[in-house]
Amino acid sequence: MRFDFDYFLSLLFSTRFFEPVAIVIAVSATAMVIGVVVGTIGGIVSNSPLPLLQRLVRLYVTTIRGVPVLVQIVFWYNGLPALTGGAVNLSAYAAGIIALGINEGAYMTEIVRSGIQSVDRGQREASQALSLSYRSMMMKVILPQAVRIAIPPTGNQVVNLIKNTSLLFTVAIPEIFATGTNIFSANFKYFEVIAVVAIWYLLLAVGYGFLQRTLERRFAKGRRTLYDLAAA
Amino acid sequence: MATDARADGSGREPIIVLEEVNKSYGPVHVLKGVSLSVGRGEKVVICGPSGSGKSTLIRCINGLEEHQGGRISVEGVQLGPKTLSAVRREIGMVFQSFNLFPHLTIKENCMLAPMEARGLSKAEAEERSLDYLKRVHIAEHAHKYPAQLSGGQQQRAAIARALCMQPRIMLFDEPTSALDPEMISEVLDTMMELAESGMTMVCVTHEMRFAQKVADRVVFMDQGAIAEVGPPDRLFNSPSSDRLALFLRRILTH
Repeated sequence: MRFDFDYFLSLLFSTRFFEPVAIVIAVSATAMVIGVVVGTIGGIVSNSPLPLLQRLVRLYVTTIRGVPVLVQIVFWYNGLPALTGGAVNLSAYAAGIIALGINEGAYMTEIVRSGIQSVDRGQREASQALSLSYRSMMMKVILPQAVRIAIPPTGNQVVNLIKNTSLLFTVAIPEIFATGTNIFSANFKYFEVIAVVAIWYLLLAVGYGFLQRTLERRFAKGRRTLYDLAAA
Repeated sequence: MATDARADGSGREPIIVLEEVNKSYGPVHVLKGVSLSVGRGEKVVICGPSGSGKSTLIRCINGLEEHQGGRISVEGVQLGPKTLSAVRREIGMVFQSFNLFPHLTIKENCMLAPMEARGLSKAEAEERSLDYLKRVHIAEHAHKYPAQLSGGQQQRAAIARALCMQPRIMLFDEPTSALDPEMISEVLDTMMELAESGMTMVCVTHEMRFAQKVADRVVFMDQGAIAEVGPPDRLFNSPSSDRLALFLRRILTH
């Protein structure tokens, strides 16, 4: 087999992947928003004095983490209509976004939970001594600090999510991988096409890495290291 | 016979009253029927060996620790689940490890509780916070984050933060124990100024100089009970128990 370098370059710099990339970004962003919202609620509940809700959250996390994402996607797209006799029939995008978002929410629940738990106990005590309500304490003291702790692992999750969108080719969403399979099943240039597909995912991951560093810097305020102080 | 710590002897109106307070962590009995009454404007220093229950005792006063037996009342209100927030309103607390909010500037640290729990406007809270930061002599650092300040400055900021809630009582839980030696005096000076303003203060500390200068009474705790109570001069110069004498020898020669 020969590597068709000219074809590889022309595909890499063609516009064929622009729309799939836009789809991946849009789907990832939407699913991530769902994941963060669900995860924040789950994380707060996990640290709250509400045993019944806590158990529900545990069940959710255990179930989602134990089932492959691909299975979850097919469940939302094919399983749910079959179960409800067609009463609930989600579009491929809705099913895909919900599946990825709900999956993400389980991991984010664990991240937010551990973020809240790693905020120093003294912060709660100081809040209580200052008569802050539970809500004020969470919103103004604990969560802002938990977020800072949660941001690096969340970055991992975003990259995972971007890569997981490739599973949506099973429900015929024209994302990057699906576009690639369409191309190579027509011209059989497997290697060239899959190399371009891989490069696009890599670019997205690297691009997100820059965004992540900006976020981490922004949330680092008040936590400057001695090194920063010496340089200032 | 336990020393009766209820008698203040000064004729002050009692503001904190502890009666037979008991507290256990599982099988460990940390407070064994502690009774103590603190008068309005009185300065009480609590000392004792580590594990004697002194920190637990003051943490019970504002409900950071729950007590299991006996009664605690503050300003005539008995501490319980329903009165917890009312009691906490009257009490400010300063911690060994400062517990400033690291993501907020010093000024924001001071503004948060007055705005969230007292409904002050931002402008009012800001004015109040600068007022108290001036009193503890760190107004020029108002815009900085806690990590940018020295330990002594952080602790003074924490004192200002507590004062911004305008409490009638201030509790200090080993406020200088986490500080480098050269920063201890700036915090003690701030506490002395506060004492002069007439604030009711209960301080867990081993700073005997401070106790000597400021305290109306010193409480010596040992093994979860009050072993001895009295004016600092009498306690330090003629301790009536061997345990106190031993304790004083240890901390004065360390």
